[in-house]
Amino acid sequence: MEGAWEIAFVFFQVWLSIVVGLIMLPAMFGVSLGFTDIYIKVLVKTLEWATLRIQRGQKEQAALPSQSANGIIEKDDGSMQEEIGELRRSHPKNLAGGDFTLCDAFYFCKKGIENIVEDQVTQRFTSEELASWNLLTRTNNNFCYISVRLTIIWGLGVFIRYCILLPLSVKNWLSDLVHITCYRICARGLSATIRYHNKENRPKKGGICVANHTSPIDIVILANDGCYAMVGQVHGGLMGVLQRSIVRSCPHVWFERSEMKDRHAVAKRLKDHIADKTKLPILIFPEGTCINNTSVMMFKKGSFEIGGTIYPVAIKYDPQFGDAFWNSAKYNMVSYLLRMMTSWAIVCNVWYLPPMTRQDGEDAVQFANRVKSAIAHQGGLVDLSWDGGLKREKVKESLKEEQQKMYSSMIIGSDFNEASVGPA
Amino acid sequence: MGSTSSTLLKIPNVEVLMQETGFSPAHIIRLHDRFKALDKEGRGHLCPQDFGAIKELAMNPIGDRIIGAFFSPGKETVDFHTFVKILAHFRPVDKDRPKEPNSPEPINSRSNKLKFAFQLYDQDKDGKISRDELLKVLRSMLGMQVTEEQLESIADRTIQEADLDRDEAISFEEFRKSLEKVNIDHKMSIRFLR
Repeated sequence: MEGAWEIAFVFFQVWLSIVVGLIMLPAMFGVSLGFTDIYIKVLVKTLEWATLRIQRGQKEQAALPSQSANGIIEKDDGSMQEEIGELRRSHPKNLAGGDFTLCDAFYFCKKGIENIVEDQVTQRFTSEELASWNLLTRTNNNFCYISVRLTIIWGLGVFIRYCILLPLSVKNWLSDLVHITCYRICARGLSATIRYHNKENRPKKGGICVANHTSPIDIVILANDGCYAMVGQVHGGLMGVLQRSIVRSCPHVWFERSEMKDRHAVAKRLKDHIADKTKLPILIFPEGTCINNTSVMMFKKGSFEIGGTIYPVAIKYDPQFGDAFWNSAKYNMVSYLLRMMTSWAIVCNVWYLPPMTRQDGEDAVQFANRVKSAIAHQGGLVDLSWDGGLKREKVKESLKEEQQKMYSSMIIGSDFNEASVGPA
Repeated sequence: MGSTSSTLLKIPNVEVLMQETGFSPAHIIRLHDRFKALDKEGRGHLCPQDFGAIKELAMNPIGDRIIGAFFSPGKETVDFHTFVKILAHFRPVDKDRPKEPNSPEPINSRSNKLKFAFQLYDQDKDGKISRDELLKVLRSMLGMQVTEEQLESIADRTIQEADLDRDEAISFEEFRKSLEKVNIDHKMSIRFLR
């Protein structure tokens, strides 16, 4: 028994030194051993194979209509006119166009129930479900036991992820957080492969860097390639500790969320910062909350009122390898980080867009929208005009009126005066 | 999102639920996620305000009635089981289901779908859609866009067409007969992807 423990201990030491040698040292010197690229390639091949096996196993898979991978129900795209027209076509006393029929309510009823099961806004805030399975049970509910071989591979995957990747990450995460180097180690620890595009547009000192926001690792991703001053919310707990240690190395600007309500104070502090040309560019995520990386929601105009040069940056995660989205309502920071570290890899693309400034005659909101469109366009993300704050707000009456107007025009549309009214 | 089996285990009586409603485990999990997302304060049940927070539903002219359909008379909360059972009405009809003589009618049968729609009209649950009730629905769907007279004329005409026994109200049978040619399965069903 003792002998076994000793051997295990020796193995552990050997393993540890390999880890240090292969991971930390190159990371510190910014040298890539090319392992990550090979790793990614192998990963892609394995996942493709696994998906094919699963699909073969499910022979009676009906052909699915092409929907965004995010939808969970099939939605009819017809307009109100089309749908109600179809409903009425079967009605015996069909008067083309106008008039009410009892089945009209079905249209509204079905739409209502569809929205109860899934609505446009909340859809943005849940993780993308993948059409292919990436061997992480959590991203797809349907793929269960298909074949023995698959289960073995899956088991192996679990072993690798939890026994190798995780300790690596934890060890790396807790060590040496203060320098830019530490960001590189984190990136390695998260098995992150980041591709930077258009590096000539990288944000310069005295500017404001604006990016779309999917997860807290966005900061790691960006900081890997430059030093930024952060504007952000003070987090409690583990993040708070990290934040305080980071603050000591670069001049950052941290706010309480309630402080941020005082927009003038915030604006003033930011103005002072960028006026000083030696200060690092400020990194801002104007959306205000985590979106699930398929769309870019309305940018809050505050950041754009300050003036100065804006350097837009588009960040897009490749969902094939692991879901980087953080649903703050569902997971706290620690469990989120755990999930991140045990994902296969995080692959993302970062595009630096050419700098923009506010033009004459353009107000902050228009400028914000312009920047947002540029980012969405570059990242291949859907440009939504919904306010990210909708997650927490109510709707206006006027939208209901619009629905009523549309419907009534169908009923009253045709010549109403000719209808006979007398009682039966 | 949790692994399949662990989420299912957290739901009490999930086997019974699946059998009664015909939803697959994956569907139940998705509905459970949705239920939890709507239940913002984590109380384990939903109240009308939770439904009201859904933007598109608040925009729906008969949104209130649809919400009301989830709450039995007198009850102000909806638990997960009831939530799923109501939504089960909108499952597509199972075409290849064997007709066992003793088994109860499935929740998503054509008849039950019609009953669900009927209840949107018949708010006092007396089994008939009276002229008043019809007027109320019409008012909801048309808002301020039509006059009272136009509304009454539409209501009268509708009753005239559907009311076969001349009692000035539409019973469920008359309702069903009037809509016998409508493709209920298509119009009152929601298909889950995957």
